[in-house]
Amino acid sequence: MTAARPVTVIGGYLGAGKTTLVNRLLREADGRRLAVLVNDFGSLPIDRDLVVAAGGDTIDIAGGCVCCAYGSDLVEALQALGRRDGVDHVVLETSGVALPGLVANTLTLVPGYALAGIAVVADATLVRAQAADRYLADTIERQLAAADLVLLNKADRVGEALADTAAWLGARVPAAQVVTTQRCAVPADLVLATRPRPAGDGTLRTPGAVDAAGLYESFTLAPSGPVDLAGMGHRLAALPGVLRAKGFLRDRDGARRLLQVVPGQWEVTDAPPSAGDGLVVVARRGAADPTALQRWFQSGCPD
Amino acid sequence: MSITIFRARRILTMNPARPEATHVAVRDGRILGAGTLDELAGWGPYRVDDRFSEMVLMPGLVEGHSHASEGTFWRYLYLGRFDRTAPDGKVWSGLGSIDEIVDRLVEGERALATRDEPLAGWGLDPIYYGSRRIDRADFDRVSTTRPVGVMHASGHILNVNSRALELAGMLRPGINHPGVPLGKDGLPTGELKGPEAMTMVGGHVGFNREVLANDEPGLRRFARLCVRAGVTTATDLANLLPADAVAMMRRVTGEAGYPVRIVSLRRFQGLTAQGAIDAALALRPQSTDRLRLGAIKMFADGSIQGFSARLRWPGYFNGAPNGLWYTPPETVREVYTLALRNEVLVHTHTNGDEATEMALDCLEQALRAAPTPDHRFTLQHCQLADAAQFRRMRRLGMCANLFPNHHFYWGDQHYEMTVGPERAMRMNACATALAEGVPLAIHSDAPVTPLGPLFTAWCAANRVTASGRVLGTTERIGVPDALRTITLGAAWTLKLDGEVGSIECGKRADFAVLQDDPLEIGAANLKDVRVWGTVQDGRVFPAAEA
Repeated sequence: MTAARPVTVIGGYLGAGKTTLVNRLLREADGRRLAVLVNDFGSLPIDRDLVVAAGGDTIDIAGGCVCCAYGSDLVEALQALGRRDGVDHVVLETSGVALPGLVANTLTLVPGYALAGIAVVADATLVRAQAADRYLADTIERQLAAADLVLLNKADRVGEALADTAAWLGARVPAAQVVTTQRCAVPADLVLATRPRPAGDGTLRTPGAVDAAGLYESFTLAPSGPVDLAGMGHRLAALPGVLRAKGFLRDRDGARRLLQVVPGQWEVTDAPPSAGDGLVVVARRGAADPTALQRWFQSGCPD
Repeated sequence: MSITIFRARRILTMNPARPEATHVAVRDGRILGAGTLDELAGWGPYRVDDRFSEMVLMPGLVEGHSHASEGTFWRYLYLGRFDRTAPDGKVWSGLGSIDEIVDRLVEGERALATRDEPLAGWGLDPIYYGSRRIDRADFDRVSTTRPVGVMHASGHILNVNSRALELAGMLRPGINHPGVPLGKDGLPTGELKGPEAMTMVGGHVGFNREVLANDEPGLRRFARLCVRAGVTTATDLANLLPADAVAMMRRVTGEAGYPVRIVSLRRFQGLTAQGAIDAALALRPQSTDRLRLGAIKMFADGSIQGFSARLRWPGYFNGAPNGLWYTPPETVREVYTLALRNEVLVHTHTNGDEATEMALDCLEQALRAAPTPDHRFTLQHCQLADAAQFRRMRRLGMCANLFPNHHFYWGDQHYEMTVGPERAMRMNACATALAEGVPLAIHSDAPVTPLGPLFTAWCAANRVTASGRVLGTTERIGVPDALRTITLGAAWTLKLDGEVGSIECGKRADFAVLQDDPLEIGAANLKDVRVWGTVQDGRVFPAAEA
């Protein structure tokens, strides 16, 4: 049996830039043979200069890539794609109101695919209004909450409000990596990277289903002074049961930095000036002891 | 140019100027008039047809929300809880236990020729068999060598045996999907909820998508069911209408003996807003006398019992999270606006009251951009709308096609689990809709519930659940109103009220021929009115020969 094909799910509301991102990934495929699944061809999803040949529900794209429309039947499209050779990586663009976490669940139905990660594109000019919209709020929230990576797109159009929006977003998605973009300009590798994800994660509360949120807990660790962010990142990345950790903290040298942790990996980067203090940890319920972690945290994270 | 005058025991015309008559004169498939023989004799030489002299005639019934796939499902084994009449007139008895279901499957299995041929059934409704879920072990009793699959009555869940899961590559650990419950062994139990999980296995048990999409025998069986139910105009409410299906439907409905006018709406899927309008405008001129095309069906949300409907605060009674949008509000508004500008009729599925509110907001904005009188946009199901929403519908000219059959089949579930007692009592608020002046139709959503407008009228007039609970007497409507909703009411939502829906001069000679008088028999027995057959465009179709 061949290895499961990695799938990156691209989510986000209408107009956020999902299609722009997909086209960028195709341009920068760099020898990767991508199969792009789009909800429909109705709105010309692929830049014309990339199209080699189009017929029915499939478009052949320069560089050995292919684009298929799945309409109402993602499962059928995945089955059909499974019979096709020469695909290194699948990029699955969801519809604007789809919940990417649910789409990730669907992948487990069809043999031969493995979720690499969920990237959600948010429109920096609109996302806060959408998240407060009477009809869209919970959909936007559920889309963002499923993300491993959030592209805060159209960052060039909001001026000074960007930092505020980024901080707002960071607080909403403590477990995701957030990058700001213009026209979704990000390295393809960042989007297509396989992000560690324990079995059973990626599920949001779904209609009529068991509340998957009950399987996890999140808590905030508040520091009393500077901490060794590198040492803490190293320790948390190795701690069983910790799925994500993220927060803005003062490092040993007093500078405020962003720490992001997923199992086996951690990263410290510069923080925006307006960011607050505190580290949000998401862990399997019962796997990590918040009180013990807090004590360890307060005592400067000894080994 | 020959004139036939049908004599009947009683003719209920739905024409307020002449509500009752004893004779109706027909020429060229259209009605010259209803009245006494003396009054009609002036039209010229005539022949009196006495075969309905002991019958009651009503306008041919109009089913405003059904699917021609009701005809398709009868190729599979019927396994429902309640008696149901097949297109050939055979009454299949309802099944009272899981054992009886297995027995009927075993019996059906014996008729199959080969060892691995799939066996498929439909109409399953496990809520009537206690709290235990049906699992693959139940259907493994039928066969372990052939795939067995049974569709639930709702159409949203499929139960299969182990062999079917195996063929679909799903008899393995590692599946993580809300629609696929797992047993203690980590393997799927055989219950598959929602289209995705069902698609994985559907083809292996005989529910082929191609068959369901373009099924000529099914369209013929659907017509037979219509004749048995007194229906002369029926919607096929959500069809993708690819060119080959349209060609087949034009050919079949165009045959001299085809007894029903089919109104098929293009499902909004895989299209931009402009693409949907273009598709509708391209379909419209392909309409024929008995196949009406050119309207659009949209979906705003999912279903209440599937917890995928969008509800306003406080949401689901059992605390389930809110449902899903099937189409973004922006897209609904865009389609509405373009449709108004191009005079395209749009019907929108809304189950939850938040979906209804969203559709009303979109229509209000679209009407401001493209003021259009008499658009007849219709909300389909619209089950949870409250009085304020009906008032808003009235102001915006929105029609409602409510779903009273839900009370009978799932009313107890709504009361106990989905929306709770208060909202269950006012769901499908027919009386409020009429009181607020909203143009009203009622429907079966066949094959979800059986095609039968008189049964639907009974549901609206009685609001009784399968267990005998009465859900809100104040929302009951009287028999005359109920009869109007299944004729003129439904015709109005399809812009066909000038053509069908009442028995009066100039209209189509479409009649439901009844052996009992629905006004005499009374609300409690309305569902028991015996249907002799139909007259459609002046052609006589006895149910016994359908």
